[in-house]
Amino acid sequence: MEDILNQGILLGILAAGVRLATPYLMAALGEMFTQRSGVFNLGIEGIMLLGAFVGFFATLRLGNPILGILASLGTGAIMGVLMALVSVTFKAEQGISGIGLYMFGWGLSGLLFRLYVGGITSIKGLQPVKIPLLSDIPYLGTILFHHNGLVYLVYILVPFAWFVLYRTTWGLKVRAAGTKPEAADTLGESVDRIRYQCLIAGSAMAGLAGGFLTIGQANMFVDNITAGRGFIAIALVYFGRWSPWGILAGSLLFSMADAFQSMVQVLGINFPYELAVILPYVVTIVALAVSFGRVWAPAALGRAYERGSRG
Amino acid sequence: MKYELRKSWITQILVLLAALVCALLVGAVFILLAKSNPMKAYGVMFTGPFSSKFGISETLVRATPLLLVGLGIVVSFRSGILNIGGEGQILIGAVTASAAATLFFQWPGVFLLPLVLLAGCAGGALWGGIAGWLKARLSVNEILSTVMLNQIAAQIYIFLIRGPLIDPQELLYGTRAPQTALMPETLWLYRLMPGTRLHTGLILSVLLAVLVYVLLWRTTIGYRMRAVGAGPEAARYGGIRVEFYLVLAMALAGAFAGLAGTIEVLGVHHRALEGISAGYGFSGIVAALFGRLHPLGTIPAAVLFGALILGADMMQRAVHIPAAIVMAVQGLVILFVVSSDIFLRKPEYIGQILNFFFPKRKQREGTEAKWKTS
Repeated sequence: MEDILNQGILLGILAAGVRLATPYLMAALGEMFTQRSGVFNLGIEGIMLLGAFVGFFATLRLGNPILGILASLGTGAIMGVLMALVSVTFKAEQGISGIGLYMFGWGLSGLLFRLYVGGITSIKGLQPVKIPLLSDIPYLGTILFHHNGLVYLVYILVPFAWFVLYRTTWGLKVRAAGTKPEAADTLGESVDRIRYQCLIAGSAMAGLAGGFLTIGQANMFVDNITAGRGFIAIALVYFGRWSPWGILAGSLLFSMADAFQSMVQVLGINFPYELAVILPYVVTIVALAVSFGRVWAPAALGRAYERGSRG
Repeated sequence: MKYELRKSWITQILVLLAALVCALLVGAVFILLAKSNPMKAYGVMFTGPFSSKFGISETLVRATPLLLVGLGIVVSFRSGILNIGGEGQILIGAVTASAAATLFFQWPGVFLLPLVLLAGCAGGALWGGIAGWLKARLSVNEILSTVMLNQIAAQIYIFLIRGPLIDPQELLYGTRAPQTALMPETLWLYRLMPGTRLHTGLILSVLLAVLVYVLLWRTTIGYRMRAVGAGPEAARYGGIRVEFYLVLAMALAGAFAGLAGTIEVLGVHHRALEGISAGYGFSGIVAALFGRLHPLGTIPAAVLFGALILGADMMQRAVHIPAAIVMAVQGLVILFVVSSDIFLRKPEYIGQILNFFFPKRKQREGTEAKWKTS
């Protein structure tokens, strides 16, 4: 009897872990491109919050989660333009502008929520799609093939991101802009343009990651719904050493811890709720600390490129 | 950190005010979205805080924690650490101070008050110091670690005031509101104006601002901290123990935020309760940046943003614009302030920026590089 129960719990944790990895993975893959091009986008938490609200609101008003997803993507892209304007064009200190973007997204999402919604309102979000045949595989089917569309999408994006980064011309330009912007500039590539592209694409993905939280997971919006997930995603980029596969591993490790702690709460195991909640944040700090010594990072990360200045 | 005071004070103040005006203009768009009149809303927001004894005193009550947090931000940013852990450091400071007051309540007030203040500082210093140590020893990005520590602190805080430190009265009556017991009156900070909440914490924080100025610009320790901020490698080459000063700067920043939390407890609420910080950890960053990362500049900036926060509350009541707008506006202020920096640093750059958006002619035709994938 106990064995069956434990098996069910384990399956539940694994399946939830696969699903919960989605927002981390989505935001971290976007951030990976941004950082590879040399820009630190610390504002993705704010972008996720705004994306989460706009996606939720569009779904609520238009009744179609697909439109909600598009709205989240668009919101993220607009925030990306804003960040690019500040960090690339005006060459502002990227850490500080990230804090500004975070506060802006946080405040604006809270403001719009209070103005247009006000209280707890549910939406009909994305429904799980069972993949025929594959979802019938015992155990694995439940864990891997019984999720909503965005979950499948983000896992497909992992190899795709790898391909784009390492096997396309654009990917090479991105890596050049982040490692040796002078070289890219000398070859006639506009470093600023590449960084704009990466920031907009990466921020759109962050917006979608936020949208997943409301449309694909909670089916509602609450204030500060991201609860630090955007920052955790940035930590995952470090942990994953700026590689899609590393980020995938980190996201899964992380979401499993998350699934485990929510399971602890659901099962009512005698453990203070507050202490269970801090687990993901402690794991993040530990993950960042053990990444110590892996010194490789995009060489020009965080440095605004100014032609003629010596880096 | 590129905040050298290159231009005259007047230019700097004008640029800062322009940044604030731009942020407020964008804010006006949001007010329009809310189908309200921006002129009327901002009218309430800017006249309210200055038009009565209540308004002025409450502005200063809010400016006090902003200034304290801001001073910590000045110390840490000047030392090259982007500390956004103010929120968590405030909470830990407030709760360690309350714990000290609960444990040693039988001590006479003369000893107890300094003890409680020190306990609050120590709690905040520990919380900030963790992030400093992680950065110095394990090169953990301080922005990420402080955000995580904020989340952890929020949970620890609520756990303690709901559990071990809860007011015994709350248990007795079964209401179980998460708050600590009322502090003994010997610990309450003296109220400066009868009938208002303005307390001596304001004087303390202004004195500390002067002290921070002396520390940073008139002592060796301050010089070394600024050297670490200006360039850690050069500082190391110059024989400065970079790691030590990173931890010290973060511990100091944490101590200031912890003190802000303690002062909120002792001066305003007289107990630790839920939602004690009201975003001061973030608004303190805005105040410090607006004060050009100078301790004395942070004083007027803290008053300005104290008024802004109070004004937003008044606006919410008068014209029903949610006060959350103030967070969005503050975020915009940061974005505009850091963006305007380039105009002070490199005025000639403006032309290049215009070129980027409105290219006059295609310059690179024919010289397109041949890229190959690896």
